[in-house]
Order: sequence, then structure tokens, then C-alpha cells
Amino acid sequence: MQVSHSLKVWALSAGAGALGLMAASAVVPAQNAKTVLMINAIELSGGGATVGTNWRDAVDMAVKDINGAGGILGRKIIVKHFDTQSKPGISKAVITKALDEKPYVVLGPIYSSSTKVNMVVTRRAGVPHIVGSEAASITQTGNPFIFRTSFGQSASMPKLANYLKDEVKAKSVAVVWVNNAFGKGGRDNAVKELKARGIAIAADISTEVQQADFSAEVVKAKQSGADVLFAYLHEEESARLLIELKKQGYDKQIVGETTLTSQKVLDLAKDAANGVKGHVGLTADANIPAIREFARRFEAAYGRKPDHNGIKGYVAVHVVKEITERMGKFDQKGFADALHCTTITTEQEPGVLMDISYDKNGDVDRASFLVEVRDGKQVVTGVLPKLGNAVGC
Amino acid sequence: MSDIVQLFVSGISTGAIYALAAMGFTLLWQTTGTINFAQGEFVMLPAFIMLAAMNLLDVGLLSAFVISLVVSMVLLGAAFKRALVDPMAHHGVLPLIIATIALGIFMKEAVKTFYSAEAQPFAAFAPEGAMRIGPVSVSIENIAVLAVAVVAILALQLFLQRTFAGRCMQAVAQNRESARILGVPVERMVLYTFLINAALATLAALLVTPTYLAKFDNGESLGLIAFIAAIVGGFNQMRGALAGGLLIGLIDNFTAVYISTQYRHAIPLILLIVVILFRPQGLFGRAEERRL
Repeated sequence: MQVSHSLKVWALSAGAGALGLMAASAVVPAQNAKTVLMINAIELSGGGATVGTNWRDAVDMAVKDINGAGGILGRKIIVKHFDTQSKPGISKAVITKALDEKPYVVLGPIYSSSTKVNMVVTRRAGVPHIVGSEAASITQTGNPFIFRTSFGQSASMPKLANYLKDEVKAKSVAVVWVNNAFGKGGRDNAVKELKARGIAIAADISTEVQQADFSAEVVKAKQSGADVLFAYLHEEESARLLIELKKQGYDKQIVGETTLTSQKVLDLAKDAANGVKGHVGLTADANIPAIREFARRFEAAYGRKPDHNGIKGYVAVHVVKEITERMGKFDQKGFADALHCTTITTEQEPGVLMDISYDKNGDVDRASFLVEVRDGKQVVTGVLPKLGNAVGC
Repeated sequence: MSDIVQLFVSGISTGAIYALAAMGFTLLWQTTGTINFAQGEFVMLPAFIMLAAMNLLDVGLLSAFVISLVVSMVLLGAAFKRALVDPMAHHGVLPLIIATIALGIFMKEAVKTFYSAEAQPFAAFAPEGAMRIGPVSVSIENIAVLAVAVVAILALQLFLQRTFAGRCMQAVAQNRESARILGVPVERMVLYTFLINAALATLAALLVTPTYLAKFDNGESLGLIAFIAAIVGGFNQMRGALAGGLLIGLIDNFTAVYISTQYRHAIPLILLIVVILFRPQGLFGRAEERRL
């Protein structure tokens, strides 16, 4: 009888333990003791295929590097890529499904419109979310799980406006922007910063995502008589605009922010990109050995030079590694807390390529670059230091 | 004044490309009752054939164009007719329309899978930059596009009106049975139509891709605009498709500059609705009666 009672207690304990384990497995990320899962929801087709492909390949490269060096806290990274098709609706469906797999973190997307719908889903699930998007509004919603890999527009546009005022000596600017969350955010911030510095907006020209024909926009820009044309479009549209500007013999200074001088735009626009100037947060042509080495290895692996989105994807995975190793455990809430108001130096984690700081909102601060396109190549003409004004820290 | 001339030149040059694609719509409709909703993809694919020829065979643009022309005439002309139109035509217009939509999707996905989803640079066939004519500065490439398109359209018109084969094709378009009774080799004439459509699409690809860049989904907007152009001009008249293409190109450019860039794509659709309401046969089309 005594034996029977002990058996019952043992059986009940085992049953309770099994149920506990099952329950725990439902809330703990789906990873065994040897692996950690990352979901990469990114633009692999549609208008953002160019940028998304760079990001994906760099994420793969980072995962390979980290796994080759033993993984994160001894666990190998498993990354699963999901195609958002560059459409917010698809993106939301994709991330909702992907979260069923209980990832430790979510990476991507890059298109701000997609990020804005995805971040609501990841916030609800309590999953840290590192994106390549730049729309200012993304980090202004008090979402504790959202983090950038590049400047938001509220950080990049003041730098650009200073550049236009002090270096280019612009008196009036024609602004050509893409009419979506990314472009509207950029346009609003740029116009605000330009006006604050006494630069007139001679023309305010909106364009559509995946627009193919820019002839009318170029005529409008020419009509405006602006000293400078500031273009804030996605990569493919930027290239088409530059081609059309050259076709129509546009002879004023063309300036952009990050995308306009990105490698993909230079590849597509070829000679039409020569002479374009801009401010970029990240560039494979930066005179920084770690970036040069990353670019060399990326080109050897994928047969093309990485753009800034490639650098962002590579950095994102290493940020996850560094913060997790600082904590010494896989804790999603702890990760989000630890990444706010912190700095990761290249001494601490060489994979971040440049010292990077995060503020309370998940915005990034780091040095940036002034560039000019010469002979189809981006040439760095100046380095701007970190802003050093981390919000809320 | 300078701006208006520039807009006119760029609008009419873009419109000429739309016209080439729109004329393909009317050609196929007249001879076989086919509405080819893969017409946009028929323009997209030859661009990738040219790219592949340039990259794999290391040939120049002109040679790549000739290769693409031949391949397109085989694939998008003869094979399209034999493999899809001929078996489906007996089932009526609607199944054929759905089949061409499916073909368009297949072509897009195939290019995306086998080439890339990313846009690809494409060499311009004419010098870039602008030239000044008095106070007016116009794009050399736009002038060249316009010139090539006009020559192609004139050549096609001459072929249709001045050659025996062309007149036979017109006879088939007007009344297939009568043409057959008169000894016209109807099937061969229909095949010629498909070959010409493929050639027009290849030429449109050569003209439009340097500006649009080569991308798997280029055909979506191009096919839609060409379809609208054909309807607006007159689906059963070549000159209607020509006029419709030019008109849409001009309206698109002038709307973007003088009305709104946001609503530029809406204006052709409004025009389409107005034409359908008040002149359903199109601006230059002829009314057709069907006895039920």
C-alpha cells in the first residue's frame, strides 16, 4: 500500500512535470539547448527586392561567422527568411505566421510601411525586433521592442540640411520624394530642417512606389529653378530618376540621403549617377578597415558589392549576439531593456563594424559620411561625428 | 514654352512605346479574337532575353536585339499561338483571356526565379543627354525612341497596305470565312499576326527598358496602359491603338506637371470611362454589330 502511494505521488509529479514542460515549451522560443531561432522577414520580391536581398545575404553571412565562432552563448543560430513581397499586408501575414515558431528575435523589414504593421505584432508577442527602416515615426510610438540599424530621419535630415546650407550653399531646393511612409517621413523632416535654415522649397514633388517614368517630375524640377534637387526615393526609383535627369540634361546639383548614392543605385544608373552628392549613414566605401573587410568578404561570397542595407543586416545579428552575451542568457524582455541607452564598441563586438549607440526609443547614433559619386563609385568626402544626444538616457 | 515642348516630346515618345504594345492588342483581336492580357509580359521578356544574350554571349545591344527578336517570334509568336491560342480559341473569349492572364503570371514568376527579382541595368540604344533646338532642350534618347517607333509603325502600315501578305492579313481580320473562300491562307496570315505582335513587343522592350530598367514586373503597368490605350483609341483599328498610345503618353506627362503627380494614373482611367460611356468603339474605332 505504501509502495502504491509512492507510485501515485511519483506518477502525479511526473505528469505535472511533463505538463509544466509542455506549457513552458509553448512560451519559450522554439529552440533546443543548442540552437536559437531568428526570423528574418524581409523584402525578397517586389519593389524592395534589391534592398532586401542585400540585407538577407549579410544576415546569412553574420550567422555563418557567429556560428563558426561557437554561436551565441554556445548556441548555434538558425535563421529563417520570410518574403514580405514589399507589401505591408503580406508582411503582416508573414510575421504573424512566423511568430508561431517562437523566435528569439525578429529581423527586418526595411520598408517602413511594412515595419509599421509588423512592429505592432512583435510588440504584442514581446519579441525584440531589429529593423532596417528609417521612417521617423517608427521609434516614436513608445514601442520598447523596436530597434533600428541605421539613422532615423529625425537624425539624418538635420545632418543633411546642415550639409546643404554649409557645404553646398543651397538657397532653394526641389524635393522629390516617394509617397509612402518612408518618403513622407523623410520629406516632412527634410522640409522642416531646410526651412529652419532659411532654405526655400522651390518644388515639392511626390512620386509613387515603383514608378517607372520620371520625365514629368524632371520637367517640374527644372521649372522650379531650384539650386539643388534633393531626391528621397527607394533604390530602383532613384536610379530611374537619375537616368531621366541625365536624359533631360539636368545641370543643377543632385543631392540625396543614403539611398540615392547606394551601391545598387550606382549599379543601375551607371553614368547618370556621377556627380551626385549626399549624406550616408553607412557605406561600404567608408575608410574603416572593418567595413572594408566586410565588403570584401561579401563581394567574394555573393559576387557584388554590398550596399548600406547589407551592412545593416550584418550589424543587426551582431547586436543580438553582443547584448545576449552581456546578459548571459536568452531573455527577450531583458534583451529589449539592455539594448536601450547602451553603446556597443567595436572592441566589445567587432561585428558591429562601427561604434553604435542606442537611445531610449531604439534610435541609432553613430558617425556618418558625406559622399560624392565619381566615375560610378561612391567616394567619401567627409566624416560627420556622432550626434551624441541620446534621447532619454 | 520650352517646358511644353519638352513635355510634348517626352510624352509622345513614351506614348509611341505604349502604341507599339497597344497595336499588338488590336492585331491579335482583329485576327483571332484574342485579348492578350500577357501583352505587358510580352514586352518584359524580350528585355531579359537581350540581357541574357549580352551577358552570356557577350554580344552588343544590336546583336542581342536580333537574337531576342528571333527568340521572341518563336516563343511569343508561334509557340504562343500553337500551344495556347489555338487550343483555347474554340472555347470562347473568356477562357482565352484567363489563359493569357495565367501566362502572364507564369512569365513573371519564371523571370523572377531564373533571373532575379531585382531590377537590372539596361544599355540605352541612343546617346544620353539633351540637345538644344533654339531655346528648347530635348532629350536625344526621347527623339531617338520616337523616331524608331514612328519608323516601325510606318513600316507596319506599309506592309499591311502595300504588300500582298498585308492585304491578305487585313482580309482575314475583316472576314475570316470570306478570306478563306477567296483562297487566302488564313492560318498562315494569323501566324504572321502573332509574329508581328512578338516583333512589336521586342521593339517596345528595346525602347522602354533603358528608362524603366529590366524587371520582372515591368509588364504589369505597361500592359494595363497599352490595354487602356487600345480601348480609348479603338480596339478594332490599328490607327486607333496608335492614337490611343500617343494620347495616353501626352496626358500622363501633362497631368503630372500641370494637375497633380498623385492623380496622373487616374486621368487615363477617367478618359477610359468617358470613352466607354460616349463612344464605346473608341475614338477611332468602328462600331461593330453582332447578331445574336
